[in-house]
Amino acid sequence: MDTIFGVPTQALFGQLLIGLINGSFYALLSLGLAVIFGLLNIINFTHGAQYMMGAFCAWFLLNKLGVGYWWSLILAPLAVGAFGMLIERTMLKQLYKLDHLYGLLLTFGLALIIQGMFRHEFGSTGQPYAVPKELAGGQNLGFMYLPNYRAWVIVASLITCLATWFVIERTKLGAYLRAATENPALVQAFGINVPRMITLTYGFGVALAGFAGVMAAPIYQVNPLMGADLIIVVFAVVVIGGMGSILGAIVTGFGLGVIEGLTKVFYPEASNTVIFIVMAIVLMIKPAGLFGAQK
Amino acid sequence: MKMKRTVLAAALLALATGSAQAQVSGGVVKIGVLNDQSGLYADLTGQGSVVAARMAVEDFGAAKKGMKVEIVFADHQNKPDVGSQIARKWYDSEGVDAIVDVPTSSVALAINEITKEKGKVFIVSGAATSDLTGKACSPNTVHWTYDTWALANGTANAVVKTGGNTWFFLTADYAFGHALERDVEAVVLKNGGKVLGKVRHPFPGTDFSSFLLQAQASKAKIIGLANAGGDTINSIKQAAEFGIVKGGQNLAGLLVFLNDVHALGLDKAQGLVFTETFYWDLNDQTRAFAKRFAAQHKGAHPNMIHAGVYAGVLHYLKAIEALKSDEGGKVVAKMKELPTDDPLFGKGTIRADGRKVHPAYLVEVKTPAESKGPWDYYKVRATIPADQAFRPLKDGGCSLVK
Repeated sequence: MDTIFGVPTQALFGQLLIGLINGSFYALLSLGLAVIFGLLNIINFTHGAQYMMGAFCAWFLLNKLGVGYWWSLILAPLAVGAFGMLIERTMLKQLYKLDHLYGLLLTFGLALIIQGMFRHEFGSTGQPYAVPKELAGGQNLGFMYLPNYRAWVIVASLITCLATWFVIERTKLGAYLRAATENPALVQAFGINVPRMITLTYGFGVALAGFAGVMAAPIYQVNPLMGADLIIVVFAVVVIGGMGSILGAIVTGFGLGVIEGLTKVFYPEASNTVIFIVMAIVLMIKPAGLFGAQK
Repeated sequence: MKMKRTVLAAALLALATGSAQAQVSGGVVKIGVLNDQSGLYADLTGQGSVVAARMAVEDFGAAKKGMKVEIVFADHQNKPDVGSQIARKWYDSEGVDAIVDVPTSSVALAINEITKEKGKVFIVSGAATSDLTGKACSPNTVHWTYDTWALANGTANAVVKTGGNTWFFLTADYAFGHALERDVEAVVLKNGGKVLGKVRHPFPGTDFSSFLLQAQASKAKIIGLANAGGDTINSIKQAAEFGIVKGGQNLAGLLVFLNDVHALGLDKAQGLVFTETFYWDLNDQTRAFAKRFAAQHKGAHPNMIHAGVYAGVLHYLKAIEALKSDEGGKVVAKMKELPTDDPLFGKGTIRADGRKVHPAYLVEVKTPAESKGPWDYYKVRATIPADQAFRPLKDGGCSLVK
């Protein structure tokens, strides 16, 4: 069998695929962050907590109300998104005229409070959530056994990412949105309700986090800390892609998943740090990130 | 004249009672529960250990005996630097006499050193590394509940003897994982087994699929999980997802707790075999303890770490009572001299190296059909007697053993 640096090529295919799966989560989460930062200039540190809330929503729907995975995929993001809009209306709105740092501090504080409350209520070991029966089992691809659910994660994440990119970059609605962030006064003058649009955009970004949470529930334990573990990596992804660049978030999300996956084969001890090494290198060469525009 | 004599007597009396009290520093025995209150080990240790320590003080009857005992707690966040800082503050300025629990071996090793330096008492329940009674042993430390050697001895022996003779390790990349992997590997090799490979994953981890795939490719019969808590839960869950057990390989959870089984659910955890030194459903006494514990801890049942904190604190207080002093080194010497006796671990002893010895149990997780409800999870497959459950005194390389 052929080998690359002592690793059989077949095994390498498997690892690449796994990297893509993990990359799907990075992409979904960093996409939400990029939408919120790119359009609203808010560094949304509650994103990890909102991802966790999505997973808990799915768990709650299944265990308390008997609502299955597929409905959760719609209902949980709506619920989490609505919660996000509530935060935006009542708290974030007050901070738009101030420095980014205030928004960051507020959202960071909120994340700690939300996580603390969930941990108090549900403990730290988390709750189990089963894979939906339509997606149970898997396929033998020859070089690896691919669980059906993981394949679904890649597909669903790609579709969501591309649809979001299309709406924001290629439709009239997206054009309004981008215009509203460039020059809110002018857009308002054209009769568009800018504050409502901003609230909805924040809600959408947060809903993406909730969506990722539901997707993650069957793979990882539904755990109050699941977002805290992920959020730092996701921020690195956004920084590497270029703060606010939607395409950048998607491409780097998948790309870094793959890089991390390969590190797990060649030097597993470094797999937690490799993303930050990449971040440091990118920032030295292109301070605005790979896809970011220098302002 | 008479007046003068009375004053003198009063002064003498005051002096006498003063010196009697001075033997217990500050007039109060202060015990610090130092563990993970917020991270992945919080359910295994956390507030449960605080509840257990308070129960021990109550059952010791400290109030009736006129002994003032105070329990404080703090969160070391699984970080050695954070833990060390808290320990120094506790010992130096807050009058803490003993630190108990301390999961996460890297943190425990740091506290072990600080406690020795300050001449206080360290009763370990949560941490696993057998180095605490081996090359890092200390005259101020008692390692109560379990250690990596005992886990390896119980689980790996049983697995190798039933045909699991080729192993691949999935190891948490810090002191605990390394120690567990080392001790298990020794048992596997001793029994004629082979280790085909190992991978060290960052701690804490979330996605283990990449490592599991490497384990799958190794074709080893047994995948040894040298990790704990959330890491073990996710490893087991994802191994099921990737069809590893269906493909003919078996998982050996080397450190699994009652709470992990609760979180996984019996459908995922059933059939796992591992080593524990305590199970709440062993006898009437353990059941009574569990009932009281659960009432104070949101219904959650105690695991072996909680049990160890309870028994350790109880024995510590007995030693102070016998010695009438809370001076660190002397109390630990007294703890070793007195035989131990508590409702959870029964009768036992503490060896010269600080190792508390008691029986260990090889347990198997019940199937959903066998379980009568939440927390009814284990069948005890074998009992390993106290004299065989832990590393022989002479093999540890502890400098206290002559």
